[in-house]
Parts: sequence; C-alpha cells; structure tokens
Amino acid sequence: MDDKSLMGPRTQAILASVLAAILAGCGESVDPNEPQGFIQAKGSDTMVNAIQMVSEEFMKQYPHIFVAVTGGGSGVGIASLINKTCDVATASREMKPKEIELANQHGVYPKETVVAYDGVAVIVNRNNPVDKLTIEDLHNIFTGKATNWKRFGGKDLPIVTLSREVSSGTHMYFKEEVIQLGKKDNKDEFSKETLLLTSSQAIVEEVAGNEEAIGYLGMGYLSDRTKALQIGKGGGESYLPTVENVLKKTYPLSRGLYAYTNGEPQGIVKRFIDFTLSPAGQKQFTEAGFVPVQISPPTAELQNSTGGTVARRD
Amino acid sequence: MPAGTNESIVQSHVKPRALEVGFHASMKRLWRKISEPIIELCIRLSGLIVVLFVFLIFLFLLRDSLSLFRHYPLVQFLTGRKWLPISDPPQFGVVPLLLGSVYVTFWAVVICVPLGVGSAMFIAEVAPKAIKNVLKSFVEILAAIPSVVLGFLGIIWLGPVLRDTFHLSTGMCGLTGSLLLAFMALPTIISISEDALTGVPRSYREAAYGLGATHWQTLWRVILPSASSGIVAAVMLGIGRVVGETMVVLMVTGNAPVVPTSILQPLRTLTATIAGEMGETVGGSEHYYALFAVGLVLFVITFAVNFIADLFLRRARR
Repeated sequence: MDDKSLMGPRTQAILASVLAAILAGCGESVDPNEPQGFIQAKGSDTMVNAIQMVSEEFMKQYPHIFVAVTGGGSGVGIASLINKTCDVATASREMKPKEIELANQHGVYPKETVVAYDGVAVIVNRNNPVDKLTIEDLHNIFTGKATNWKRFGGKDLPIVTLSREVSSGTHMYFKEEVIQLGKKDNKDEFSKETLLLTSSQAIVEEVAGNEEAIGYLGMGYLSDRTKALQIGKGGGESYLPTVENVLKKTYPLSRGLYAYTNGEPQGIVKRFIDFTLSPAGQKQFTEAGFVPVQISPPTAELQNSTGGTVARRD
Repeated sequence: MPAGTNESIVQSHVKPRALEVGFHASMKRLWRKISEPIIELCIRLSGLIVVLFVFLIFLFLLRDSLSLFRHYPLVQFLTGRKWLPISDPPQFGVVPLLLGSVYVTFWAVVICVPLGVGSAMFIAEVAPKAIKNVLKSFVEILAAIPSVVLGFLGIIWLGPVLRDTFHLSTGMCGLTGSLLLAFMALPTIISISEDALTGVPRSYREAAYGLGATHWQTLWRVILPSASSGIVAAVMLGIGRVVGETMVVLMVTGNAPVVPTSILQPLRTLTATIAGEMGETVGGSEHYYALFAVGLVLFVITFAVNFIADLFLRRARR
C-alpha cells in the first residue's frame, strides 16, 4: 500500500507537468488567419548565410512561421528535395537533367526560381603577386597541368589547389566551366592532389594562411583576408568579380543562384519565395555580397530565367 | 459492556490489518517467484536484441552494398585507384580511401601507443596517490572533448604549425589528422592499460623485489610482460576508435582522394568520404550504394580489430 501511495503522486506530478507543457503550447492564442508553420530550406553552402538573413527578416514579418536554414551543398539540397525532406532546396547551380528525371520518378516536380546572381571568385593569398589569370590558366592549375606559381608570374612556389566537396554546387559549376571548359564531353578531372574542403569558410581560412593556395568560392565570401583574382577568357580583358561585372556578365564565371520547390510554391512556401524576391529580401543578398535579381536585368537570357520554368528539360 | 465494545472495536480494527499483512506477504512471495524468471527473461532478451541489431546492421549494409555490384564490378571497386563519384561515368575505386584510412591510423597508433602505455605505467606504478587521482580524472576529461572541437583546433592552430615546421605546402595533411586522432585514442589506451597493469598479482612484484630487482626492472621486465595481453587489447580498441573517427579527419586531412605515399600529404579516409558525400546522394542511386559499400569495408575493418581486441582481453582475464 505504502509503495503504491508513493508512486501515485509521482506519476500524477509527471502527468500534470506534461499536460501543463502541452496546454502552454496550445494556450498561446494565434489568429487563425495569420500564416503559421515550419519551412525547411536546405542546400547551397554558398547561399546559406544570405538565405539565413532573408529568413530572419521573413520571421520578423511572419512571427508564426519558423524557417530552418541548413547548408551542406547544393547537391544536399537537391537530394533532400527529391527525398522530400525539405520544402525549399537552395542551389548555386541548375539541376541536371538526370536529377530532374530522378525527381520525377520520386513524384517530385522541381520548380526553379532565380533568387540572385553570383560570380564565382578565385582567391589567393594576399602575399601572392599574381593578380590575373585566364580560364585556361585556371584549367591548367586545377587539372594539375601547371604546378608552379612561377609560370604565372608569381614566386617560385608550388600551387596548392583547394576545392569544395563534390556535394557543392560551386564545385559542379567550376568543374563544368573550368575543368571541362564548358564542353560536356570533356573528360578532364580535378587534379587528384586537390584538397576537398567541407565549407567555403574553410577555403577562406586556408587561403588566408597559405601563400601557395588557390581556391574558389561564391563572391559572398570575399573579404580583406584574401585576394580575388581578375579573370579573363580567351585573350579578352580580365575582370574582377564585382556586382557590376556580374550584372553586365563581363565576369566570365557569373551564374544564377536558385531556389527549387516541389511544384509551384504554395501557402507559406510561396510567401517565403515571394519575400525572397521582394526588395526587403533582395536587400539581404546585396548585404551578403551577392547580386540581386531585382535591379535592372543583366541580360535578356538571364531575365527570362528569373520567372522560372517547370522542369525545363525532359 | 463498554469494555466489550471497545475490545470488539479493537478487534475489528486488528483483524483486517492482520489479514492484509498476511495477504501482502503471500503476494510478495508470489511476486518473488514470478519476478525472477521475468527479470531473467528481460536480461536475456536485451542481450539477444543487441546481437540481433549488429546482425541486422550487417545485413542492411550487405544488401545495399551488393546493389552496387549489380552495376559496378566488385573487382573494380576493390582495386580501383580513382574515386570520382560525380563524373560521367563515375569511378568508385576504394584503394585511395582505404590507404588513406590505413596511413592515418598507422601513424596515430605509432604516436599514441608509446605515450598511452607510458602514462598508464606512470599512473599505475610510479605516481603517488594524489597525483594518480588527478591524472585519472584528467584522462577522463580528455575523453569528453568533442571531436569537432579538436577538428577546429586542427584547422586553426595545429595545421599551420605543422605546415611551418615541416615546410609543407599545406597543413591539411594526414599527420594533422593522425596527431588529433592519437590524442583522441589516448584515454581508451591509458585507462585499459592501467587496469591491466594494476591487475598484475602482487606476488609477482614481491617475487621480483625479493630477487633484488629495482623498481624499474620490476616494472619493465615483470609487470609489463604479464599485462601484455591487456595492453594489446587496449591498443586494438584504440585502433578501433581511430579507424571509425570521422569529424576530425573530415575537417583536417584535406580529403584529396589520392593514393597516399606519405603521411605529410593531404589524403581522404573511408569515414570522411561517407560523411562528406552522404548528404547529396539520392536514395537508390549508384553513388548511394557505393557509400554503403565503403561503409561495409569500414565495418569489416572495425569488426576485425574489435574481434582481435576481444581475443586478447579474454586471454588477459585468464
């Protein structure tokens, strides 16, 4: 009897506290008309800081919508969109036809929205005298054909190439544009000695401390600690990755930043995408160092893709 | 009469209580009879469940990795020297990853075994009681440092220091990983070796002293050899810890999928490959199955290492 009477109050206390917790959760009065819910945005490591800033502004405007932002790489975002574990996949590259096909097989129909523009900056240590390189130079450096800075007018030092992991959209973009020189059937690969780092910040840290290093990343990660190179293409002039050069598309490594949703965005996800494209949302991209889509359209081609198309290639 | 009523009242109070007590006692006896087999059953079940889990994990790994070999030849997986998972066509050669893990582990062991066994000897045999207690708790704190914190220190501090010391192109190399992993395996090695050393019977020591051996001679020639099985087991468990560690190597070894020829080179381990690439694979793709195959290779290695450790631990107990 004594044992039972001891157990009684304890279980009651636990039950009461659980109930209280549940009631407290329900007790908060929410206007039923006010949008509420949970959005999972996952993907591009290049965009993660900008998207985080956008979502913080967004959550100020809609206090009952919670947005969780995670990075990992564009590949991670696209994979989780296909595996249906996120609502918005952010990507610093377009989805590949193979991925769209795979998504359709899983009953996911990706809808693309261009949310900003970016230039893939190539960075070196501040003490490196080299200021400009061409796409062909970069090709030779990153495929391991050129291994000494001397060849490019630098010091007599070996070149250490830094790359992002294969899950990164920037890795994929760089591979297509620089390693394969834009040709799909090109079989060149990143040199095997290339270091594959897990985040853009890790590349910044390594380049800032290593005179022999060269790496690439989204222009949002540029800072005084590293030096961005001017990039030229095919004997033409070289340009720095600035907002203006990316807008004019004179910077050779300019690209779009994308948000993918399953089908036409609806409900709170639509609100989030709309907010991202609104002046308030675009302002965050500018602050993060990217190029907003809202100011004067860069080129007709880019302008066309701003609206987005459903599963363009089939 | 009043007395009688009083008595009857008392009786009526006592009687049910006595009954209740008797009932309780018999219930207790009954409960004891039932409870022992129940508890025994529960313990047996939990033991079996653990075995079942290991078996199921193995089956799961096997099933998904075998799916790879339907499209990709096993020989090419085991002997391929290129790991290019996103190329077209992809190449899944496990040799660079396997050798990366072997290199990092080997050097971690070379670094941490002498250090670990040495400190175990000091703690068990030499240190005065006060220092011994302090050291033991510090070793436990060492075990509690999260690996991601060590990885962070590796990027910010250890990597640049090694780069400048050895005049390397980059501090993100195998040695940075080996040093941090050695640090992580130390607590395991120290505490298990220390147990083995203190477990050596007193009579051995007394016999050695009786024959005129010095403290050092006793420690080196008598106690250490008789604790050797336990120490080998400690080393094997340390190796198991090092092989399976992921976060540190992912952060500091540079992850270049080369076939390594030196520990001062960037390299990529089995664990870092799985952790770095798992997020981007879509369930059911070739790349996804390839990572499971890598996981199977890792599982086989850690299983073998733990099995050997177990053999030695058994021998130590005998």
